Amino acid sequence: MATYSTSEFRGGLKILLDGDPQVVVENEFVKPGKGQAFSRVRLRNLRTGRVLEKTFKSGETVEAADVMDTDMQYLYTDGDFWHFMVPSSFEQYAMSEAALGGSAQWLKEQDVCVVTLWNGEPLSVTPPNFVELKIVQCDPGVRGDTAQGGTKPATLETGAVVKVPLFVEEGETVKVDTRSGEYVSRV
Amino acid sequence: MTDLNWRPGAAAARAHRARLNAELRAFFAALGVLEVETPLLSAGAPQDPALESWRAWAPDGASGYLQTSPEYPMKRLLADGAGDIYQLARVFRGGEQGRRHNPEFMLLEWYRLGYDHHRLMDELIELVHTLAATDARWHRPDGDVLRLSYRDLFHDELGLDALACTSEQCSAAASDAGLDLTGRLDRDAWLDALMSLVLAPRFPSDRLTLVFDYPESQAVLARPSESSPGCASRFELYWGDLELANGFHELTDPEIFLARRNRDRARRASEGQECPEVDPFFAAAMLSGLPDCAGVALGVDRLLMRLLGTQDIATVIDFPWGRA
Repeated sequence: MATYSTSEFRGGLKILLDGDPQVVVENEFVKPGKGQAFSRVRLRNLRTGRVLEKTFKSGETVEAADVMDTDMQYLYTDGDFWHFMVPSSFEQYAMSEAALGGSAQWLKEQDVCVVTLWNGEPLSVTPPNFVELKIVQCDPGVRGDTAQGGTKPATLETGAVVKVPLFVEEGETVKVDTRSGEYVSRV
Repeated sequence: MTDLNWRPGAAAARAHRARLNAELRAFFAALGVLEVETPLLSAGAPQDPALESWRAWAPDGASGYLQTSPEYPMKRLLADGAGDIYQLARVFRGGEQGRRHNPEFMLLEWYRLGYDHHRLMDELIELVHTLAATDARWHRPDGDVLRLSYRDLFHDELGLDALACTSEQCSAAASDAGLDLTGRLDRDAWLDALMSLVLAPRFPSDRLTLVFDYPESQAVLARPSESSPGCASRFELYWGDLELANGFHELTDPEIFLARRNRDRARRASEGQECPEVDPFFAAAMLSGLPDCAGVALGVDRLLMRLLGTQDIATVIDFPWGRA
């Protein structure tokens, strides 16, 4: 198994710690002039998303995490699992709702997402930064209010609820930024 | 494609560095302290387990070490009767790189005959205040200096007796302070961890803090303290949480020096660290007699960072490692 020493810690490096895959966010070298050196490291747990700070004695080694980002097409959900496919190999993977976290609400069939695999098992999915989704329910807008920039909630075809401007109507398709969950434009 | 790393990275600090060097030289000229030069390249190196020397080879097979500090040759000058001396010296330390470390950096090191460490601490503080006042654009530390003995600091902040506490007690104090540390540390490494990662970050940010009388296990080349049994006459200066200087009431006893050097070599060997060649001349200079003196080394790049209020050492070095 590959290992990394603290001197190799860089932002983006994926390591195995406390049984979980973690990504190095930041590594700060700390050393008194006449004493022991340390690495103060900020890590993000790729399974739970939690960020924590850990300090290592310089020269300590940790195991590399076998983590890989792969582009996959979202196929469908059977209610329990969400199914993805690697377009080039037709290889399929299934994820539970728990593993998907909040990503499920942005998944539209055929869209290409980034699925993070750990030891060959899906760990998390990152939807495209922007998705185009149809509004399946929202109240009619009130004419004349557009200048005020007011908003109303709209339910999208995937179940996500976003705030849209009052002039946007049910049945229209809108572009949404999945990182912020905010409406961008009408399509 | 053009590599943009050709461009020196510290244009904003360049003139400030020149000014600082000139002011440092003026300060010592006014005191009658002599500027000296010693070699960057030496046949031997210190055995201090916390310092890794860079090694240099010539095509003919000759080799040497780049200095980690100019301490040995400057002490040979002292033993030769050179009197009060100072030097602005480029030094090299392997494996040290980060926001506060560059493997090559500038040390200001000076020695005063007949001083003890307290008198040298006073002069060091005077130097920093004098320098900070020479340019209106420079940050100035608060005039009120915090002075703490190492033992009082550990006792008051952590409830630990720095001379007697065990590794387990240090580990517990670190956990209480929220420090999550991986790796097996001995007692001194634990003390270093607490100092660097827990205590220094608590020092008031705009004040100078002096910590003095370190445990004898961390004496390096400081003499054993007469007033504080179990301690060595060593001190460090911090500006905020940034370590700026380290000084000693210098060890003059050659027997103690040799015992510490042997201990350091044994420790390096047991930790699997390479042991550099022993300096072939320094022990003889100690035997011939080092005058009673105190000495201190100050990181000039870090002082410049604080004067300019910057957070990364690369802001004050035009060609940091990676671009050098």
